Amino acid sequence: MRAAPKHEPALARCRRIAIVPAYNEEQTISRVIEEIRAFDAGFEIVVVDDGSGDRTAIIAERTGVHVLRLPFNVGIGAAVQAGYQFARDHGFELTVQVDGDGQHDPREIAALVGPILEGRADMVVGTRFAAGGGYHGTRLRRLGIHLFAALVSVMVRQRVTDTTSGFRAVNRKGIRLFASEYPYDYPEVEASVVLSRHKLRMVEVPVQMRIRETGRSSITALRSVYYMVKVLLALFIGLFRKYSTELEEP
Amino acid sequence: MTSFRVSIAAAIAAVILLVVILELIRRRRLQERYALLWLLTGIVILVLSAWRGALSRLADLVGIAYPPSALFVLASFFVLIVLLHYSTVISKLSEQNTILAQRLALLEHRVRTRDREDARDPRR
Repeated sequence: MRAAPKHEPALARCRRIAIVPAYNEEQTISRVIEEIRAFDAGFEIVVVDDGSGDRTAIIAERTGVHVLRLPFNVGIGAAVQAGYQFARDHGFELTVQVDGDGQHDPREIAALVGPILEGRADMVVGTRFAAGGGYHGTRLRRLGIHLFAALVSVMVRQRVTDTTSGFRAVNRKGIRLFASEYPYDYPEVEASVVLSRHKLRMVEVPVQMRIRETGRSSITALRSVYYMVKVLLALFIGLFRKYSTELEEP
Repeated sequence: MTSFRVSIAAAIAAVILLVVILELIRRRRLQERYALLWLLTGIVILVLSAWRGALSRLADLVGIAYPPSALFVLASFFVLIVLLHYSTVISKLSEQNTILAQRLALLEHRVRTRDREDARDPRR
């Protein structure tokens, strides 16, 4: 799937960058980079190496992309935030977040950037569950995900179907916001709260995600419980928190 | 009334606590800002173990039949506050730590980019 023809000129005018968080992804990182380039060579790429113990950073650097090396593992949220800081500091207008493990198909970026280029959204999240998306998991896990998503939707007053998707596109306002305000662990849902509190608009689009090729999902049974409790607490507190990020250009 | 021995033991414990804290500050192993809560804890225990009337009245006020228990409850309460205070300190430190890691990564990238440009064009 190429970028929808009507979007191509608009996309080509944009200074755009793909943020690729990676933690021990030496097996997949170069494929991910190749695929992003194959989709659109105009995308610059910044790989954020979150303190990997393997050759992720070295391999990424050889492909000529930007690499941010965190000195130790800071967690997905802070790693991604470093990517947004990079995008902000270098004047990028559009970012796409693509996981370094290969579960996001860069060809789906076309669907992600659409609503932003049309000016309908400040952030677009690729979801496995909205109509048209595909997800293969056990029935129990699906049920849990849906129940949790329903609860989260109530709290952010917007329909959220995929609370853990890190496949997302963000415009300039969103970049500025996330560069200074981004939750640290299990950041995906909380990011949507931060976004809505700043009156930015979020849109979900259905995407196909791949089965992970290497590595294991970070979500085990015990962690799922920690994840849900932590996210609910953060969402609840987030509703009452004061924010002070200036979104307009200085 | 509080037994005399309990008062003596509590007073000695409080004095030891205070001396240790002051010594740690003197050797710069404890910053004053983190010692204040500990000092307050030691002083309150010391005062209430010496001033037995006050302890009895306090115990009476909150319905504790045996005054030394009040001393114990109060000490636990202070320890709780100190721990909570440390949790906030740790949270702040870990956030600052993250920010430092991010800045370091961004700066390192900048330095490496510049080095590469310099290598390509040494006259710069």
